[in-house]
Amino acid sequence: MAKKKYYKILLIACGGIFAVLLISILVGRYPNPPGMPPRLLFSDPLARQLVLRLRMPRLLTALFLGMVLAAAGSVLQMIFRNPLVEPGFLGVSQGAAFGAAVSILWLNPHPLIIELSATFFGLLALAVTYLISTRIRYGGWILRLILSGVAVSALFSAGVGVLKFIADPLTELPELTFWLLGGLYHVTWRDFLFVLPFALTGVVVVLAMRWRVNLLSLNDETAFSLGASLTKERLILLVVTVSATAALTAISGIIGWIGLIIPHISRRIFGASAEKSLPAAMLLGGTFSMIADDLARTVLPGEIPLGILTSAIGAVLFIYLMISMGIKVRSHG
Amino acid sequence: MDKIISLEGIHFQYDPLDPVVLTDLSLDIPSETVTAILGPNGTGKTTLLHILLGLLKPSQGTTRVAGKQHRDYSRQELSRLIGLVPQFEGIPFNFSVYEYVLLGRSPYLNPFQLPGEEDHKIACDALDAAGILQLAEKPVMEISGGERQLVHIARVFTQQTPILLLDEPTAHLDLQNQNRILNLLKKLAAAGSTAVMTTHDPNAAIFAAEYFVLMNKGQVAAQGQVDDVITAENLSGIYQTPIRVEKQNGHIMVVMDKA
Repeated sequence: MAKKKYYKILLIACGGIFAVLLISILVGRYPNPPGMPPRLLFSDPLARQLVLRLRMPRLLTALFLGMVLAAAGSVLQMIFRNPLVEPGFLGVSQGAAFGAAVSILWLNPHPLIIELSATFFGLLALAVTYLISTRIRYGGWILRLILSGVAVSALFSAGVGVLKFIADPLTELPELTFWLLGGLYHVTWRDFLFVLPFALTGVVVVLAMRWRVNLLSLNDETAFSLGASLTKERLILLVVTVSATAALTAISGIIGWIGLIIPHISRRIFGASAEKSLPAAMLLGGTFSMIADDLARTVLPGEIPLGILTSAIGAVLFIYLMISMGIKVRSHG
Repeated sequence: MDKIISLEGIHFQYDPLDPVVLTDLSLDIPSETVTAILGPNGTGKTTLLHILLGLLKPSQGTTRVAGKQHRDYSRQELSRLIGLVPQFEGIPFNFSVYEYVLLGRSPYLNPFQLPGEEDHKIACDALDAAGILQLAEKPVMEISGGERQLVHIARVFTQQTPILLLDEPTAHLDLQNQNRILNLLKKLAAAGSTAVMTTHDPNAAIFAAEYFVLMNKGQVAAQGQVDDVITAENLSGIYQTPIRVEKQNGHIMVVMDKA
């Protein structure tokens, strides 16, 4: 795709995401579904409060959630040379879920404590995955990280299962279950400001290194011969994407499929080079999660957990892409 | 001939528990020539290339490139000095040929930098030099094996390194594509670059190279000009199979005899 055409499309996509943001502010069950007319914002103080205090932080979090998950998915798929990787892959999502469950059951169900605990355990899962991978004596670094990531995910998943089993079925279990299903129903400005530094760092670093990501997707010996400091550069990308994912997972719960499916759609439209497909994936991811969140709070009288919606939509898109040959997976390499 | 690469007393093993791959290997590679490294499977040819590249560090011995030891170069300096076409380059995502070749500019950019106009021009020139400018927009997964090998070489051209390491560049290619690639290497050497290639085909080596290294069991069995290295005795001994070396009209040809 020619550069001029690409930037034109990107500019239109930026306009699109802004339009979705503006429309999403009005979407909801007040005063009646599917939302409020814009003039109500000027005449109804309650509508203004609703938008400023509830919808704005929620929407901005949804925007960053989609951007970060899509960016993390794009980066991880490329540096792991595997188009089926997503951010939960290194045990981060299950680690964060375990952290949240520990907080709900034993520490303090205060949102800030849940967030800190989920972020801590998400990063701990990454560290454990990395340490185990350095102790495996066979296979390349990708295989070693994949194997240890699978094992660490399973361990934290078992831990979450145990905590669900011992949780009080009347008080703790419903809260834990809803958190695990994912959603932004409780997000406040404080939550948004908590994740903002992580999310911004992730977004800025990934955007700045978007061309370099292409280099890191090549064979180790080729990337080395082209001057890449493989361990250092991959570690920088891993830490910023996983930290951002862990921080956002801490307030949203587990939101699947965005990190897997959006990078594929973006590559299909804009080509394989991350220079073009990565910024586009971030815009698509942000738009996707805002629209999914709009649906989550308007389709039914009660809130649908966001994780359920993204999984349902993502799985359908994934099947479509596979059937229409949108995903090309090499049989080797 | 001036030597551009010099190895002395190299020992290497991947892991202390693994068998030794290279033992007391010493080697000089002349500049501005094509050097062919021959030897049986598993004799350490690829390991040797990775040591020349600086990717692997020998447990003993010294390696010198352009007068300095590997450790005296920064990562960036080394990647501006030595380029590599690996034996197998799996490209997991469907980059266009142009996007892939442009990655050859990485040594000249920091991790946060995008390629500029000059980098794009160099990539176009490299595609042209490799004779594949018409493939620029094609996805790399949709071109033939021969074209792909030319694409890898164009990527190394974009890197503009005076030394090129090529691991079996003509393996699995038909005769026409072998001819194209070997002629390209000869042209490069004539223009002042140094190419070091491993190969299992002595005739391809004779076609392109001026200097020969014959390896066996992790050591250099012979090195020098074609007449000194490509002999029936050397080849038959190392490959453990009867081999004749014939001269016809000034051309040397290696023929495998029926046992």
